[in-house]
Amino acid sequence: MKKLLATLAVTALIALPAEMVWAVDASQEAKEKGFEIAARSDRSDRGFGDSRVELKMVLRNAAGAETSRDMEISTLELPDEDIGDRSLLTFSSPRDIEGTALLSHARILDPDDQWLYLPALKRVKRISSANKSGPFVGSEFAFEDITSQELNKFDYVWLREEACGDLNCDVVERYPLYENSGYTRQVAWIDQTDFQVRKVEYYDRKDDLLKTQTFEDYRLYNDKFWRAQVFRMVNHQTGKSTDLIFGDYIFEVGLDDGDFVKGVLRRQR
Amino acid sequence: MRWFTRGSAALLALIATPALAQELDLGGVWENTDISTQLAFEPRWFPSDPAFPDQFDGIQFSGFIQPEIFWENDDRDAQVALTPFLRLDAQDDERTHFDMREAYFRRIIDDWEVLVGLNQVFWGVTESRHLVNIINQIDTLEDTAEEDFLGQPMVQVGHQTDIGRFDAFLMPYFRERTFAGPDGRLRGPLPVDTDRAEYESDLEELRPDIALRYAHFIGDFDVGLHYFHGTGREPDFRLSADGTRLIPRYVVINQVGADLQYTTDAWLWKFEGLVREGQGDTFAAAVAGFEYTLFQVLESDADLGFLGEVLYDGRDDDDPSVFPSVLERDVFMGTRLTLNDIQDTAMLFGVTVDTEDGLGGFRLEAERRFGDSWFVELEAQAFLEDDPDNPASVFDRDSFVTLRISKYF
Repeated sequence: MKKLLATLAVTALIALPAEMVWAVDASQEAKEKGFEIAARSDRSDRGFGDSRVELKMVLRNAAGAETSRDMEISTLELPDEDIGDRSLLTFSSPRDIEGTALLSHARILDPDDQWLYLPALKRVKRISSANKSGPFVGSEFAFEDITSQELNKFDYVWLREEACGDLNCDVVERYPLYENSGYTRQVAWIDQTDFQVRKVEYYDRKDDLLKTQTFEDYRLYNDKFWRAQVFRMVNHQTGKSTDLIFGDYIFEVGLDDGDFVKGVLRRQR
Repeated sequence: MRWFTRGSAALLALIATPALAQELDLGGVWENTDISTQLAFEPRWFPSDPAFPDQFDGIQFSGFIQPEIFWENDDRDAQVALTPFLRLDAQDDERTHFDMREAYFRRIIDDWEVLVGLNQVFWGVTESRHLVNIINQIDTLEDTAEEDFLGQPMVQVGHQTDIGRFDAFLMPYFRERTFAGPDGRLRGPLPVDTDRAEYESDLEELRPDIALRYAHFIGDFDVGLHYFHGTGREPDFRLSADGTRLIPRYVVINQVGADLQYTTDAWLWKFEGLVREGQGDTFAAAVAGFEYTLFQVLESDADLGFLGEVLYDGRDDDDPSVFPSVLERDVFMGTRLTLNDIQDTAMLFGVTVDTEDGLGGFRLEAERRFGDSWFVELEAQAFLEDDPDNPASVFDRDSFVTLRISKYF
């Protein structure tokens, strides 16, 4: 079970026949090793229980003009790897969308359940989660980059080992198994010391390099849980980029199932 | 203002109770208080000459201020919200009005929730009509979309269980519907005299209403059921003795209703329906339809949605003591364009067709953020019904365009 947003990394749908052939061609050994590395990374986070974090999203256009929005994310870990985590994301700025909240019940291969709360009307709307590849609130992060972080949402293939900064990384390719992904594949660099994702490259439906995400300033919480304090997503095709800058994570908030039902959306503001 | 005074007193009593204050972690009162204010300039233009004497012609200059004051303790199990609303209008004295949209205290204890004060409650799922929303009175002075509501005084108790959420509402004070004044547009031939409202109940506006609500989701289905017993939100009208005004009269109703949404892939299938007793003959009304979205249409970031809904309202047309419905057998078709850009640009265009009389009207809404704190909305509403037998025809000279420029601070 991956924490929401904590590792915005991943792979792509087996959409193109060529890719499918490639994936099938990969040796069983490379697939098993790829899964093992992804599972080890995923499981390094097991047992975090629940968390809450405030973050700032900085959106930058090709000319470098910046705009930002502030939000908070609460996450509840469900230990069963066949059920996804729960998350609640609430905006505090810009002011006109303050209190807008998104509740997600992640699933593995079925579509996630998602509800949006619109505070101006006090209206809760169940929304389609078919919109995997659409931009999340105008950013360079797609919905699937944020919500589709479960281990079993992907097939894996190990590619190689190589240096990544001061560390040594396994390079693993990931193929989304869920529907409506905008990616053929993703390539993830996972370090061999702390088993954390350091970089992900996203390849679009034409298998062209679309985006690169880097994970910076990892901090260890409670002696156990690594969290990158900065995510940077650069879109190579548009020149736009989005940074997520996280505040201090709080663990053991005391959240439970009842904090992630649609009835709580009305309390957000 | 009686309701406000009493509501505030109850609220203060709750907050000030020493036992409660001891039990609650109040946190830093100011640190935990968030204030956000919307200030809007809102001209509204009526291209046609008015239909009735006294009504203004041309542009209606107006604006409003709505501060939202929200406090929450560190444990997030106690909240206070205050949302006063004040509109000033240069043309219609009635439209210059004040309301407390929210003024409540909420306490959450495990799976239980208690709310005391004024609040707004939205239950519906459809777009062309919000049929099942019965808790709040509609503030028709604001807009014709029936999405602006008066704050409703209530005690609400909610309980979340494994099989869904149950809510009970006790509403000790009735809010009268607002209507445009003699100078205003968007009214019938005779203005409504809101100072002389009549009630079926001898207790008048003090007759308490009750409502029960059950809501749950099962897989791809979201289900809501409700029961309401109390003074209905829609008045009927009788002519005043001098024949120059309409006197609204509110009757006691019983209502059961359901709202349902099935969400699958890019489709949303929606239904709202109700049966109401007490307002003329017992009748049923329903809205059913779909919304289908093409995500990232033409390889852009934009989403293009298509909406279709059919409306039915079985109330007795010929009974003069029943508030007329303009959506008795209608079809709504719409399209929604969401650019998914940084400015959250979005547009909605909808057409209503009366299956008996033809085109009823259309509505266009467009909105976009400018910078971090400005928000601009454009709304155009055309009333095309000209058959004098159709109640919708009273607005056929009142098609309008609203520009709303909001600054948030």
